[in-house]
Amino acid sequence: MSAHPADPPAAPPGFTARAVRAARTGRGTVVFCCLGLVALALSVAPAITIGQAGIAAGDVWRVVAERLGGAESGLSPLREGIVWELRLPRALLAAVCGAGLALCGAVLQSLLRNPLADPFVLGVSSGASTGAVAVVVLGVGGGALSLSAGAFAGAVLSFGLVLLLAHTSGGTTDRVLLSGVAAMQLFSALTSFIVFTSADAEQTRGVLFWLLGSLGTAGWGEVALGAGVLFAVLAVCLCHAPALDAFTFGQEAAAALGVAVRRVRLTLLLATALLTAVLVSSAGAIGFVGLVLPHAARALTGPAHRRLLPVTALVGAVFLVWVDTAARTLLDPRELPVGVATSLVGVPAFVVVLHRGRRATGRVPA
Amino acid sequence: MNGPGSTGTAPAAAAPATDPGAALHLRVEDVTYAVAGRPLVDGVTLEARPGESVGIVGPNGSGKTTLLRCVQGVLRPVSGRVLHDGADTARLSVKERARRVAAVPQDSGGGFGLTVRQVVAMGRSPHKRFWEGDTARDAAYVHEALADTGGAALADRPFDELSGGEKQRVLLARALVQRPALLALDEPTNHLDVRHQLDLLTLVRALPATSLLVLHDLNLAAYFCDRLYVLAEGRLVADGTPEEVLTEELLAEVYGVRAEVRVHPATGAPTVVYLPPAAPPTVRRAVPPTAAEGFTTGATEGAR
Repeated sequence: MSAHPADPPAAPPGFTARAVRAARTGRGTVVFCCLGLVALALSVAPAITIGQAGIAAGDVWRVVAERLGGAESGLSPLREGIVWELRLPRALLAAVCGAGLALCGAVLQSLLRNPLADPFVLGVSSGASTGAVAVVVLGVGGGALSLSAGAFAGAVLSFGLVLLLAHTSGGTTDRVLLSGVAAMQLFSALTSFIVFTSADAEQTRGVLFWLLGSLGTAGWGEVALGAGVLFAVLAVCLCHAPALDAFTFGQEAAAALGVAVRRVRLTLLLATALLTAVLVSSAGAIGFVGLVLPHAARALTGPAHRRLLPVTALVGAVFLVWVDTAARTLLDPRELPVGVATSLVGVPAFVVVLHRGRRATGRVPA
Repeated sequence: MNGPGSTGTAPAAAAPATDPGAALHLRVEDVTYAVAGRPLVDGVTLEARPGESVGIVGPNGSGKTTLLRCVQGVLRPVSGRVLHDGADTARLSVKERARRVAAVPQDSGGGFGLTVRQVVAMGRSPHKRFWEGDTARDAAYVHEALADTGGAALADRPFDELSGGEKQRVLLARALVQRPALLALDEPTNHLDVRHQLDLLTLVRALPATSLLVLHDLNLAAYFCDRLYVLAEGRLVADGTPEEVLTEELLAEVYGVRAEVRVHPATGAPTVVYLPPAAPPTVRRAVPPTAAEGFTTGATEGAR
C-alpha cells in the first residue's frame, strides 16, 4: 500500500478523465445497440432474399413499404406473399427467438452463478416438449389445444415444479439449478416414454422436428407475441442489471450490497421462464443460442449487465437469423431443423469458450 | 498510512474521508440463530459504541461468522434483536440496511470478469436511485477507496484474476465506498501478508465507522480492537478490553492451549505467546508395518 497523505484526495489525478469515461459508458451502450440494430436490419433483409424463389433486396423494401402504407410494390401477389407472409415473419421470429434465448441465457448464467446455465436449465423446454407431445400424440385437449398451447402449458407446469422443488429444498441458487436439472430429466423421460409407447412413425417425426426447433410455422401472431414478451422481459432485466452484477458474487454479497435477493431472484426467474416458454412454444427448443451467445457478447462488451444484456439480445438475434437462413437453404429443398444447425455451430463455439475459461482461470467458477 | 509498529502507541493513521458522524451504536440483544434445532449462536448480547472497533474471537465452529451474518442482516435470528442506535433493524429494507452496514466477506469468488473498478463501484449501488448511473462523485469515491486500500494499481484488472490478498483489499474498498456506519469484517486478514494485515486493520481502526471484526489472530485482535467478545460453542464466554479478556486461564479453557500473556512494552497491548502442550502426546505409528515389509522379512528368513 502506498503512503497516503493525511487529507483525502479531493481531486485525484486522472479523475476527470475517469469521470468522462464513466459518462461515456452510457454512450458506448447506445453506440453498441445502434450498431447492433443496423447489423440486424442488414441481416434480416438479405436473409429474406435468400431461398428458392429469387427475390431481390429492393423487392423486400418495396413490399414492406407497401404494407406500411406506401406505394404499390408492383410484385405479383405470390411473390409479395412469400415476402410478407413467409420469409419476413420467419426472419423476425428468428430474430426474436435468438434475442430472447440469448438474453435468458445471460441472465440465468449470472443469477445462478454458472457459466453453463442456459434458458432450458429451468426445465422449461423439456416441459414444453412433454406438453406438445401430450397434445399431438396423446390427443390431450381433444383437438381444442394447439401444439403451442400444449407446449406452453407443459413449460409452465415444469417451471412450477422447479420453483416448488427449489423452495422446499431451501430456495438457494444452487437448489434452483439442481431442481431445474431434475425437472429436465423427468420431463425428457416422460416425453420419450409417450413417444415410444404410443406414437406412430409419422407423428414421431413431426414431434421430433418440432422439438429440434422449427421456425417454419412462423406467422405474424407468433412474432407479435414473442416480440411483446421479449421487450417486456428485456425491460425488467435491464432494471435489475446492477443487481445482476452483484449476484455474480453470490447471494450474500448481493444482499450486503442492498439487493433484495429473494424478490429479485424470483422476478428474474419468472421473467426468463415466461419468455422461454413463449419462445419454445412457438419455435421449439432451439439449443445452444442461450448457452454460447452470452459468452460471445461478454467478450465483446465486458460483463457489466447494463451493456451486456441489450448487446447479447442483438447478437443472438443476428446469429439466429443467419443460422435459420442456412438451415432452410443448405439442404434445399429439404429443411434442416434450426436447432440442429445452432448446435452444429454452437458446439465448436462452446468448446472454444470452455478452453478459454480453462486458460483464464484454470477452473469453472462455482 | 502508517504502520502501527512505528508509532508505539495505539494506531492513529490518517482517517480516510467518510461522511462525518457516520458511526452507529450497535447493540445485539440476546440473539439466537439455529439450524435444524441446533443453535449456532446461543443468546449472545454484544455492544459496539460509535466508532469502536470490536473483535469477535473464538475457536473454529464457535459461531463467530454466524453472529456476524446476523448483525449484517443476511441471517434472521431465531430470537433476539439487532439494534442500530436503539432501533430494531428487522424492519429495515435490504437497501436501507446496505446504506448503513457494509460487509467484507470471507469468500471472495465471483465477478465473472468485472474489473476491479467495476467491482468497487458496485458498493455505490445502495445509494443510487433507480437507473442512476455512476457519477463523477462515485468515480472519486472509488478512486479514493482503492488508494486507501493500496489497490490503485489494480483498478483495471479483472477481479477474478487477482490473488486472495488482492481480492480482500478490493472487497474492503467496495465496503468503504458504501460509506457505512457499521463495517462487518469476517477474518479480513486472511490471505494477507503481515504488512497488509497491519495496514488493513490500521485503516479500519482509523475509519469513523463502528467496526465489528471476526479475527483469528489474537495478537492482532488485542492490538487493534477496543474490546473483545469471546465465543465458544455459540455462547459468549467472556468480554471486555483485550487486557481483561486475553488471560492464560481463558486461552486454556476456550482454546485448550497453554500460552503466556504479557503486556508488550512497545505496543502496550497484551501479547500471546503459545507454548507447547504440557505433556506432548506420544506420536505412535497408527499404521502397522506394510505387508511388503513383512513379506520381505519373511522371505529373507525363509531363504536363510
